[in-house]
Amino acid sequence: MAEWKVTGKEFAKIPEKFMAGHRACAGCGPAIALRLVMKAARGPIIVTNATGCMEVVSTIYPNTAWDVPWIHTAFETAAANAAGIESALKILRKKGKIKDKHVDVVAFGGDGGTFDIGFQALSGAVERGHDFLYVLYDNEAYMNTGIQRSGGTPHGAWTTTSPAGEVIPGKTQYKKPIADIMVAHEMPYVATASIAYWNDMVKKARKGMEIVGPAFLHTFAPCPRGWRSETAETVEIARLAVETCVFPLWEAECGEYKLSTKSKAIAKNPDKKKPVEVYLKTQRRFRHLFKPQNKHIVEEIQNNVDRRWKKLLKACDLD
Amino acid sequence: MTTVEQKTVPLNGDESVAYAVKQCDVDVVAAYPITPQTIIVEKFSEYVADGEVDTEFVCVESEHTAMTCSITAAATGARTFTATASAGLALMHEMLAVASGSRMPIVMSVVNRALSAPLNIHCDHADSMAQRDLGWIQMYAENSQEAYDSIIQAFKIAEHLDVQLPAMVGLDGFVLSHTLENVTVLEDETVKKFVGTRQIPHVLNHRGEIVPFKLDPEKPLTIGPVALQDYYFEHKRQQEEAMKNALEVIKQVHNEYAELTGRSYGNGLIETYRLDDAEIVTVCVGSTAGTIKTVVDTLREKGIKAGLLRLRTFRPLPVEDIISNLKGKKAVAVMDRSSSFGGNGGPIFIEIRHALYNGADIPQVVNYIYGLGGRDTPPALIEGIYNDLQKIAQIGQVEKQIQYVGLRE
Repeated sequence: MAEWKVTGKEFAKIPEKFMAGHRACAGCGPAIALRLVMKAARGPIIVTNATGCMEVVSTIYPNTAWDVPWIHTAFETAAANAAGIESALKILRKKGKIKDKHVDVVAFGGDGGTFDIGFQALSGAVERGHDFLYVLYDNEAYMNTGIQRSGGTPHGAWTTTSPAGEVIPGKTQYKKPIADIMVAHEMPYVATASIAYWNDMVKKARKGMEIVGPAFLHTFAPCPRGWRSETAETVEIARLAVETCVFPLWEAECGEYKLSTKSKAIAKNPDKKKPVEVYLKTQRRFRHLFKPQNKHIVEEIQNNVDRRWKKLLKACDLD
Repeated sequence: MTTVEQKTVPLNGDESVAYAVKQCDVDVVAAYPITPQTIIVEKFSEYVADGEVDTEFVCVESEHTAMTCSITAAATGARTFTATASAGLALMHEMLAVASGSRMPIVMSVVNRALSAPLNIHCDHADSMAQRDLGWIQMYAENSQEAYDSIIQAFKIAEHLDVQLPAMVGLDGFVLSHTLENVTVLEDETVKKFVGTRQIPHVLNHRGEIVPFKLDPEKPLTIGPVALQDYYFEHKRQQEEAMKNALEVIKQVHNEYAELTGRSYGNGLIETYRLDDAEIVTVCVGSTAGTIKTVVDTLREKGIKAGLLRLRTFRPLPVEDIISNLKGKKAVAVMDRSSSFGGNGGPIFIEIRHALYNGADIPQVVNYIYGLGGRDTPPALIEGIYNDLQKIAQIGQVEKQIQYVGLRE
């Protein structure tokens, strides 16, 4: 399959499908991710959304920010929604009840709706091989309900249900490796993307739509409100996550891992890999980690990042 | 008077449902297996595997997803069916409200079965009664014939432009689902013609265009948005209006079907049996009506003025029919095959007694909880209820409002 290439100038001319007028917070990472993915659409498209920040800010009746057919049913149902849409399109096309042309089905879900409550439906839909792209916008907690920890919240992070207290210093568990788990489904396409690398993200989103069968795109999308970070620094933080290997960029076609863009460059030149500390310091959700008694947690995080990075290099045959 | 070709085939209740669905030109069936519904999905899988039906069958990973897939498939414009029972229906609960709130005309058969705990696979109505306030049309079949007929009618009712609501058809687990009956079925083409193609209403989208209420890539529409304090209430009020409309549509569709097939079930909402001059009456839903009819006949031979009112449609509740048919009766026993724990009687009892409150000539009303978890309900037990009713009628007073029958106490 020829890779879709687009210049910044061309990209700017593509009409918006996730339009202005939504009510996301200033500096919202997920809103950037959705806008990028929607601009990568190749043609007729139907979009579905899990309950979450992006659904809530974009469809307050009687307004909508979606200039495409769009449906929401519940929190845990993004993948099941896509399965129903795709099944209906398939049979209606076969029976001649709708026009005989391909329609891309794209599902958006946050980390809560994907790592946690919606995981069963996601796994089921992928196992059944429905042709759809699932886009996870990962802001690492239940932001819509007030910053509660999810299976996507990183180790050590403060949230309202993993508070940094006197005895327990933030989240004690590690982030679920959701993209790797999706790769383990032996699905046609899995990729990670960061809003700091827009070109990489839109290329991968387009690829996920073009590939026949289920595709999964894990997008890293900081939440200034929940991360207690500066609204102007959202994209910069997303970049640091890649530069520190906290969130490496890769894609896996039928289980074959391949690094992309900045992560590929870091693999070639390990000196470019920044310490996690520079990333952690940009967000007040990690500020308790810099107390002397919590120094070991930063070390643990660094060790975990290093271990996972090594594992990824091995998966990419680069060790 | 039948006007069309029909044939009689041996089918159990589940098979009769699967057969009806096959004939309704359904586009998408998303379902998960659960006892005693399994035969429906098994039979339907066979139809699909043998190419007997032009349907996309999605064998999903849970009932929650079965209902979700049904909602979005219906939203894409597909005629959609699913089937479930008991715990499966309970797992769907959240999505049932989404289906009705989104006005998706999904048809679902519920093979009525008890809820855990303790685990029990046999018949009672705890599963569907627990869903009564979610905006689904609820009909209950007395036998497999009616299950077949009701599924066909349900598509036409649910998809009616004045209704646009999901509909469930209840059939009693094992009593009907696994019991062979002679079922008279229509020709495929007759059913197809009767049900017709799915009608889709039109609405205003964000661009100010009138568009079909479905996910059409050429005509963008937002379905299932957030509606807060300023709009949510209006949405819910419209749902109630659709339910009210359904009362008339159910009767219309039922009558049209009766003309076609020669089979009718009262007026489609309630069925009465020897009720006109009856003094003592039972009210029930589902298969128990068959046993009650036999008992009524026996009592009538003895000169006892017994009668039956079967609620075929429980949602929307045919209040006017209930009032007019029970007015002036001496004693009425409402039979509930489920319990409303801590409530003042079973769900049907609460509804019936409440409906009568505003009428004149109100009968004495008593509640019998029976048959939970598949407990046998033989004619002798029904006779006992009518004996009680005679006593109540004589003294003009109910001594014990809520009774449990067929139970070791």
